[in-house]
Amino acid sequence: MNQPGAIELLGFGPNGWGAAMLLATAMTIAVALTGFLFGAMVGVGGAYAKLSDSRIARGLADGYTTVLRGIPDLLVIYLFYFGSSAVLTPLGRIFGATGFISLPGFLAGALAIGVVSGAYQTEVLRGAYLAIPKGEIEAATAVGMRPLLKFRRIVAPLALRFAIPGIGNVWQLVLKETALISVTGLVEILRQAQIGSGSTRQPFAFFVAAACLYMAISAVSTYGFGVAERHYSRGLRRL
Amino acid sequence: MDLNFLYEALLTIIPGIPLTLKLAGSSVGLGLFIALPLALMRLSGVAALDWIARAYTFVFRSTPLLVQIFIIYYGLGQFREIRSSLLWPILRDPYWCAIIALTLNTAAYASEIIRGGLTSVAAGQIEAARAVGMNRLTAFRRIIVPQAVRQALPAYGNELILMVKATSLASIITMLEVTGLAAKMISETYRAIEVFIVAGSVYLVINFVLTRLLKLAEAHLNPHTRPHLDAVPGATR
Repeated sequence: MNQPGAIELLGFGPNGWGAAMLLATAMTIAVALTGFLFGAMVGVGGAYAKLSDSRIARGLADGYTTVLRGIPDLLVIYLFYFGSSAVLTPLGRIFGATGFISLPGFLAGALAIGVVSGAYQTEVLRGAYLAIPKGEIEAATAVGMRPLLKFRRIVAPLALRFAIPGIGNVWQLVLKETALISVTGLVEILRQAQIGSGSTRQPFAFFVAAACLYMAISAVSTYGFGVAERHYSRGLRRL
Repeated sequence: MDLNFLYEALLTIIPGIPLTLKLAGSSVGLGLFIALPLALMRLSGVAALDWIARAYTFVFRSTPLLVQIFIIYYGLGQFREIRSSLLWPILRDPYWCAIIALTLNTAAYASEIIRGGLTSVAAGQIEAARAVGMNRLTAFRRIIVPQAVRQALPAYGNELILMVKATSLASIITMLEVTGLAAKMISETYRAIEVFIVAGSVYLVINFVLTRLLKLAEAHLNPHTRPHLDAVPGATR
């Protein structure tokens, strides 16, 4: 059998998989962004707990980061994907639903990634807060800023400046983690590559194409974070 | 919570521990043999070598490990030349494919850690070694390596923990290590939460022991940070 060349296979012609792969790339970015933003919210909460005076809050946050950083992400995705049905099915029964209810792959995957990346973001944001010179915060208090105003005008912009390199690393982790969501059947880059290689029997071409797409997203994000870092470091004296 | 089921899950999952450790141990050990040359290539000052090592680390660090595993396990079988080669018995075995992928992946991360350790050695130390008449090799062995290892160990410890976690991906290409057995049990019993607790605890115990061992190694490599005997009441020489 004469097999089509890689360019025809992955191009945009009638037999090409190019459009499908690009659509899957959009799905990868969407699920990565959703999970990342959820993780950022968890991270802010976690950092707040770790920096608080309450021993219970600190203990809980410590437990959370230790456990989530010591367990494979794949297990966490299984927990959210299969575990959600164990919680949702009895809940559904209360409201009169019958049968099996579980979270869709997108939501389960984004939640799992959010919970995992939240543990890393907690550490990044905690470190960034501690890097803020104490005088800045004292000055804000001294001019009479309320806690919320102080956070919005002083703490958040300064912490962001120190957090950008760490946040960039977490984003790269999140991006690569999305490949694991393919186990739930969500059609992101890797799942689309599996579908394509299954029906054309050209796994090498498809998985290498998938790798290239990840590299492209990663390279663009590295550039973007570099720009953001320079932008937020305006006025910072470098020795 | 059903304690009997948790116990049953533990008995199901424990037999997967040796495979998890074997995958992690072999790939970390083999990875070092690739990582060290890569780090030296980055530091060689030869543009071509530097560029090759940079490209290698970029490719392996910016693509998901699962994609790398799929390229090796499913992708290479596409070519008839490989299927008829001497390497085929290795490349069609999921165990070896997982080890190859994990090894190549950890080598990229470890090479950066090693490079960071080597460059962290103060220039004065190397100049002093040369000044007392050590040749390059002796200075590397006696002065640079011990300090570089001391500096790199914490970061390398993190990489070891990441590798223990990464072995879970081998379950996707049919290996029945801890995660593989857990996934199998979840699909048979639909009790994801209980199985997760047990499998998660197994990984936490492994990583806890690993962190303790790393702490011991770190203390051993940093004798100058140990409390001085004179400062410990009641201690005798």
